[in-house]
Amino acid sequence: MFTRGIKRKCFDPEVIDGSLVDIKTLPSYTLERQSMLDMSLVKLQLCHMLVEPNLCRSVLIANTVRQIQEEMTQDGSWQFFHAHQTDHAAPLDRLVSTEILCRSSKDQAEEKHIDDAYITYSEELEVQETQEISELSTVTSVKAVQNSSTGFWEIESPQENRANLQKSLDHIFETLENRNTNSMEDLFSEVDTSYYDLDTVLTGMMGNSKLGHCDVLESLSQSTSPTHCKAELNEIDHIVEILVES
Amino acid sequence: MWSSAWPPQRGLVRSARKPFSAKQQHRATVAGGQAWSYCTCAPDILATQLHMELVVPDIISTVEFNNTGELLATGDKGGRVVIFQREQESKNQPHRRGEYNVYSTFQSHEPEFDYLKSLEIEEKINKIRWLPQQNAAYFLLSTNDKTVKLWKVSERDKRPEGYNLKDEEGRIRDPCTITSLRVPVLRPMDLMVEATPRRVFSNAHTYHINSISVNSDYETYMSADDLRINLWNLEITNRSFNIVDIKPTNMEELTEVITAAEFHPHHCNTFVYSSSKGTIRLCDMRSSALCDNHSKLFEEPEDPSNRSFFSEIISSISDVKFNHSGRYIMTRDYLTVKVWDLNMENRPIETYQVHDYLRSKLCSLYENDCIFDKFECVWNGSDSVIMTGSYNNFFRMFDRNTKRDVTLEASRENSKPRAILKPRKVCVGGKRRKDEISVDSLDFSKKILHTAWHPSENIIAVAATNNLYIFQDKVN
Repeated sequence: MFTRGIKRKCFDPEVIDGSLVDIKTLPSYTLERQSMLDMSLVKLQLCHMLVEPNLCRSVLIANTVRQIQEEMTQDGSWQFFHAHQTDHAAPLDRLVSTEILCRSSKDQAEEKHIDDAYITYSEELEVQETQEISELSTVTSVKAVQNSSTGFWEIESPQENRANLQKSLDHIFETLENRNTNSMEDLFSEVDTSYYDLDTVLTGMMGNSKLGHCDVLESLSQSTSPTHCKAELNEIDHIVEILVES
Repeated sequence: MWSSAWPPQRGLVRSARKPFSAKQQHRATVAGGQAWSYCTCAPDILATQLHMELVVPDIISTVEFNNTGELLATGDKGGRVVIFQREQESKNQPHRRGEYNVYSTFQSHEPEFDYLKSLEIEEKINKIRWLPQQNAAYFLLSTNDKTVKLWKVSERDKRPEGYNLKDEEGRIRDPCTITSLRVPVLRPMDLMVEATPRRVFSNAHTYHINSISVNSDYETYMSADDLRINLWNLEITNRSFNIVDIKPTNMEELTEVITAAEFHPHHCNTFVYSSSKGTIRLCDMRSSALCDNHSKLFEEPEDPSNRSFFSEIISSISDVKFNHSGRYIMTRDYLTVKVWDLNMENRPIETYQVHDYLRSKLCSLYENDCIFDKFECVWNGSDSVIMTGSYNNFFRMFDRNTKRDVTLEASRENSKPRAILKPRKVCVGGKRRKDEISVDSLDFSKKILHTAWHPSENIIAVAATNNLYIFQDKVN
């Protein structure tokens, strides 16, 4: 669905103002990339919850995230979407830095802190989403100027996309549970309330009934600045470190 | 592209017979109590008939023929090893030649708990490797994530009787009561197959063992995990030598892991290992004790037109195998099988598309984690055909000489008695012809990851979840 944006039909004849535009700056490509990034981050976080994750898989996912981040810092397409950026905390940035999501069961001492953090995080996310509804109109109009032909997100309805992502998230849980039922169960039974909270965090991203998945993604990408991106890179390295050491 | 439409010619032979002889242990059963024989007529080597389907207790995680092909071992998720033995040829029933029956079943690995890491170690058998047979007994190595074990499988059909020093219940007699000399005699008994653990090689791997390979000197073997490769002597369990270590001092810099490793079939100093970045390194143990510097690096430059977010993931190598002569190596990545000449490092000499139609589905395969599936690949006895698995219980064969390929399906439902085992075809977009299956209706939960090819004959074993299918070239 998001594969090889480069080859998508609707992109090929993309000519804006009579000149060929670099595919990487197209909003649809950026969104695609953003959703890839989000998916990878969720996967990485789930990896961290296992005491001994599949190292090969984790490394491949982490490399994918690195690649996306690198591309985003380099091509500056990030900046365009961040023209409307407000000064509130960036959820994506936070997602990466939310190591609390990635703690393994040995960090039991900080259990309470974990729970608090989960709640704070999901609350903030909700607040933010409502804020962004107001910004949404501006973004769409900008998009319309830049890309007059059928955009990526118009191919499928936002609801569908949301359902898809929800499905995929569920599936990630499912596969992980199947793969390592015991450790997952242990983890959730030990960090009692966090199961619910984690759920809120993960589904909360798409939980707003007024916003489709794509809109949220957009808002996510909007609210992270290029400087944050650098920081994210470091944090990803940090996650990788935790991951392999565990 | 090669044509995969092979006109079927031969009919099917169904042979109903008692699946197991009495001497055998029955942890496994033949599905439906019947052995099935089908044949297709795909030409020569690729002509296969479904010989029989065997059900083992759990999901099969590895399949391996021994060096003569007389035995076939499977390892499963539950830590069991099931060994099948080939039926001896009989004049009365020539068609029975080639049928495999359960020979021995034993629990190789048990679930363990690592108290230091608070971690459960799965019992799943990751790999089995046979040692060349040197006497009446068979030896094999089996490994789970952390521990390799050497097993001896031997037959016993006699037992000693008439001991003078012990009574009937095995108690030592009072020497004063023994007045005469008596020599124990061997009496025949029902054949028993015993599996005994001879060596346990543990505590040498921090990460998950993905490969074991017996050296051609038959004295040493190696075990590879995600970051290191160790060399063992088969006799010594308390010491191993680290021959490859790619663990960076700073784990933040980790971007690559070892995915598979194998010894050269004839040169005991040479081995290869593959990585998650799609490279294969050939190392020479004569150059230094720690083979951190490879002798050769096999790598194909990336095609920029095919570049995507998934490029690295799909180029990650899931299996590497030397051919029988040791001149070529075969590697499997997510979408292709490649054959490399040891004398040419910059690109493979042959590339075969296994399921290129999945290229447009990579995102959903990433979402559902299928993209991380580790497909294995095998050579046939003469190195002229290669075989590897796919989804929907499909597996693929590529004839290297004729450049023909075929997709076959390992399933009971689609292989009816007296019917012909048809080559399958996946339709890519557009109109779907009769007998074709569309990409969207492939079942990604049914995957053929493990296959094995008899060392000298056209018999193959295909593992589909907990079913083992044995296909054979038409006998007559």
